[in-house]
Amino acid sequence: MTSVSKPLVKVRNLHFSRGDKVIFEGVDLDIQRGWITAIMGPSGTGKTTLLKLIGGQLRPDSGTIEVDGMDVHRLGTRDLYQLRKRMGMLFQSGALLTDISVFDNVAYPLREHTGLPETMIHKLVLLKLEAVGLRGARDLMPGALSGGMARRVALARAMALDPMMIMYDEPFTGQDPISLGVLVKLIGSLNDASRLTSIVVSHDVGETAQIADYIYVISRGKVVDQGMPEQMMTSDAPWTRQFMKGLPDGPAPFHYPAAELEKDLMGH
Amino acid sequence: MLDALARLGRIGIGILGHIGRGHLLLLSILGGIPALFRRPRLLVDQIYAVGVLSMLIIAVSGTFVGMVLGLQGYYILSQFGAEQTLGVMVAASLVRELGPVVAALLFAGRAGSALTAEIGLMGATEQLSGLEMMAVNPVKRILAPRFLAGLISMPLLAAIFSALGVMGGYFVGVGLLGVDDGAFWSQMQAKIDLHEDVYNGVIKSLVFGLVCTWIALFQGYYATPTSEGVSRATTRTVVHSSLAVLGLDFILTALMFGD
Ligand SMILES: Nc1ncnc2c1ncn2[C@@H]1O[C@H](COP(=O)(O)OP(=O)(O)OP(=O)(O)O)[C@@H](O)[C@H]1O
Ligand SMILES: [Mg+2]
Repeated sequence: MTSVSKPLVKVRNLHFSRGDKVIFEGVDLDIQRGWITAIMGPSGTGKTTLLKLIGGQLRPDSGTIEVDGMDVHRLGTRDLYQLRKRMGMLFQSGALLTDISVFDNVAYPLREHTGLPETMIHKLVLLKLEAVGLRGARDLMPGALSGGMARRVALARAMALDPMMIMYDEPFTGQDPISLGVLVKLIGSLNDASRLTSIVVSHDVGETAQIADYIYVISRGKVVDQGMPEQMMTSDAPWTRQFMKGLPDGPAPFHYPAAELEKDLMGH
Repeated sequence: MLDALARLGRIGIGILGHIGRGHLLLLSILGGIPALFRRPRLLVDQIYAVGVLSMLIIAVSGTFVGMVLGLQGYYILSQFGAEQTLGVMVAASLVRELGPVVAALLFAGRAGSALTAEIGLMGATEQLSGLEMMAVNPVKRILAPRFLAGLISMPLLAAIFSALGVMGGYFVGVGLLGVDDGAFWSQMQAKIDLHEDVYNGVIKSLVFGLVCTWIALFQGYYATPTSEGVSRATTRTVVHSSLAVLGLDFILTALMFGD
C-alpha cells in the first residue's frame, strides 16, 4: 500500500442505462495505484457493467472514465487497444476460447502481442498455469474444465502480459475452500510483487475484506458507501451493515423491482 | 393510423440501421484483410473449415444435378434430332447458372449457417468480449479470415460443382443413352466461350461468395447473445443468403447476357 497519489482510474459522474433501465446515475470513484480496490454490491447492480465501461467495451451516456490519465471513451481504436494491452480482465464466465486448449488460451495474448520465441512462451505459460495450480491441465480443452477451473485459467491468461491493472469479475465464485485460499493469496501477492493495481468485484465479503485496501459499495446506480475494510466492517451506514452482515432486510433490495406479490399471484 | 405510420417508420429506421451496420462491419472486415498476408495460417485454417469441408456436399450435388440435366436434355434434344448438342446444353446451364447458384445455396446452408452459429456462440459466451479485452480486435482476428476464406472458396466450389456436373451429364448422356462421345466434347468446346460463359460464371460466384459470407458473419456478430438468438440468426443467414443469391442472380444474368 502506497500513500495516496494520482489514481490510476478516475470515474466521474458516470451515467449509463440500458434501454429504460438506469444502471448508473452519477457514480464517482477512484482506483488508487498499487491498491486492491473492491467493488461490492447486490447482484444486478452493474458491477460487471462498470468493468466493461472501464475497459471501453461500453460507452457511458455521460460522465468520464480516465485510465492512466487517458479518457477511455475518447481514445481512437488503436490507442484503446494499446491501453487494453496494459489491462487484464478476468471475466465472470471465464470467456476462454473454446476451440483451443488451456495452454493455447494462456499463450494467446503472448502470441498475439509479443514477438517472443515459442520456447520462451512455453516457459511463461507453464509458470502462469503453475501459479493457478493448473499446470497439469494444460492439454485439456476448456469444455473439459469445471467453472472454477475455467476461471483460474482465465486468471492465468489475464496475467500473461503482466498488465499494470487487472480487473477481476467475481474471482471467488465457484472455488472450493482450498483454491479459494490460494486465489486470495495469489491476488494479494500478485499485487504486492508486481506493483499491480487490482479491481476486485465480488460479493464474498469475508475474502474481499481480507485482501482489499479499499472498498466501494454500489447499489441502485450510486456509490452508497466507501472506506477501508476495517471501517466498513464497523460502519453504521445501513447499506453497508446490511451488506457486510448479509441481512435480507434493509435498504438494499433482495428482490428485482416487481409489483406486490399478492397482486402478481392474484392476476390483475 | 398514426400508430401504424409510426410503426412503419420504426421498421424503416431499423432496416436502415441494419444496412448501415452491415456496411460498417464490411469496411472493418476489409481493413483486417491486409494483416492476413502476414499470417496466412489463419486464412488456411478457415479455407479448410469453410471450403474444404463443404466440398463433399458440393461434389455429390453437382454430379446428380449434371446427371439429371443429361437425362432431361437428352429427352428434349432428341425430339429435334439434336442430341449431339447435349454437351453444350449441360455445360452452358452449369457454368452460367446452376454451378454458381446451386453451389451458393448449398454453401449458405453448409458453411454460412456454421459461421453464424460459431460467431454467435462466441458472442454469447463472451469470447468476443474476451478477445477485445486482450486487445485483439475480433473483427480483424476472427471475422476477416473467415470472410476472405468464403470469398476464395466460393468460385472454387462452383467450379467443382460445374466440372462434376459435366461429368455426370457425360455419364448419363454418353454412357447410358448413347450420345456420340466425340460430338459431346467437341460441340461443347466449340460453343462454350471463355469470356461469355466461364468468366461470367466466376464473377457470379465471387459475388455470391461475398454476399453469403458477409450475411453469415453479420448475423453471427450481431446475434442476440442467447441460444434462441443464435438459432434465429442461423435461420436468418440461410433465408437471407438464399434470397439474396436468387435475386442477385437475376440481376447479374440480365446485365451479363441481356443484350
Ligand atoms: N446485454 C444486456 N442487455 C440489457 N440489460 C443488461 C445486459 N446485461 C446486463 N443487463 C442489465 O444490467 C444490469 C447490471 O448487470 P451486471 O451484469 O452489470 O450486474 P452485476 O452487478 O455484475 O451482477 P452479478 O453480481 O449478478 O454479476 C442488470 O440489471 C441486467 O439486467
Ligand atoms: Mg456480474
